[in-house]
Amino acid sequence: MLKTINYISNLAMPLIILIIILYGVKEKNKIFDNFLEGAKEGLEIVLSIFPTLIGLFVAIGALRSSGIIDIITNLLLPILNLIKFPPEIMPLAILRPISGSSSIAVATDIMKNYGVDSQLGMIASTIMGSTETVLYTIAIYTGCVKIKKTRFVLAVALLADFVGIIVSIIACRIFL
Amino acid sequence: MLNIVWPIFIIISFSYAIFSGNLENLNASIFESTSDAVKLSISLLGTICLWNGIIKIASTTTMLDRLVKFLNPVIKFLYPEIREEKEIQKEISMNMVANILGLGNAATPLGLKAMRSMQKKNVKKDTLTNSMIMFIILNTASIQIIPTTVIAIRTSLGSRQSNSNCISSVDCYNLCSSSGGNMYKTIIEVQEKMIRRRKYVKNY
Repeated sequence: MLKTINYISNLAMPLIILIIILYGVKEKNKIFDNFLEGAKEGLEIVLSIFPTLIGLFVAIGALRSSGIIDIITNLLLPILNLIKFPPEIMPLAILRPISGSSSIAVATDIMKNYGVDSQLGMIASTIMGSTETVLYTIAIYTGCVKIKKTRFVLAVALLADFVGIIVSIIACRIFL
Repeated sequence: MLNIVWPIFIIISFSYAIFSGNLENLNASIFESTSDAVKLSISLLGTICLWNGIIKIASTTTMLDRLVKFLNPVIKFLYPEIREEKEIQKEISMNMVANILGLGNAATPLGLKAMRSMQKKNVKKDTLTNSMIMFIILNTASIQIIPTTVIAIRTSLGSRQSNSNCISSVDCYNLCSSSGGNMYKTIIEVQEKMIRRRKYVKNY
């Protein structure tokens, strides 16, 4: 089963590219000229998101290294116990929306310490599968079109992540 | 948004680090982060250029027209504002396919392309449109059927359940939670629209 899934996920990208190229050949388009035109535009996109990335990474790096996350978790501990939220998951829940790489590190840590197949391990995996690095995504999507007024997008995206985390915990508790 | 969030992050973490004497870690992290950002941009440069080229090829064929036709009910429901914009619909459908298949590397470039096209049609250049918000939210919701990263981590840690059992259960939660999230978003989107309509009616 794992092999099949691996095979499918490895197959997806080459297959999509192949189908697109075959379509292009079939309809006798100038494939490589089109490719170059598109790729040139890609350069512009990266240039437009680069400053955003630098700023964001420094802020998030500082947040992680300063140890403030542990303090927030400790402060929230009484509330977490009250709603039966597993406190081990809290650092992951805080980091998940702001940093992809550090949330992967935290999730791996949880899985190592409490066991991959334990309830906590499963919760961590499910959270990683069902949420996304909100801040980074919003920053580069708005950064590439230089939009400043983002209206309510951050609030809704955070809400979605929050729902993802809560549902992950509930689902793991019910099914395991 | 970042005008508020960014200074908050910096002020909180820098002052806490100074207060707790954790300055060595902070100094190291500042330089590490900048070089991380450069590394990420360089790897993004590759994938973004590649996928932009590929989508350009695709957009000149009839293939995307078929895909758009297939996804039309969904797109019409989610993005009522761009009903007439065939080009944008094509890019959005490509992004959807990449997201569902778990191709994060492809989804971001395709998504950024779609954002730029939507910006061309945007009347207020400094403000997100409703379609853009919907699009960003759907991209942050992580609607994927194969959570590739998680599977990789679990296998590397020697999960006994990284067989069918585990994956189907992870998938089940995944679908469950992302659909839950999406419902919330749709509700908020609809509410927003109703408020706008009310304002519109009042004005005229």
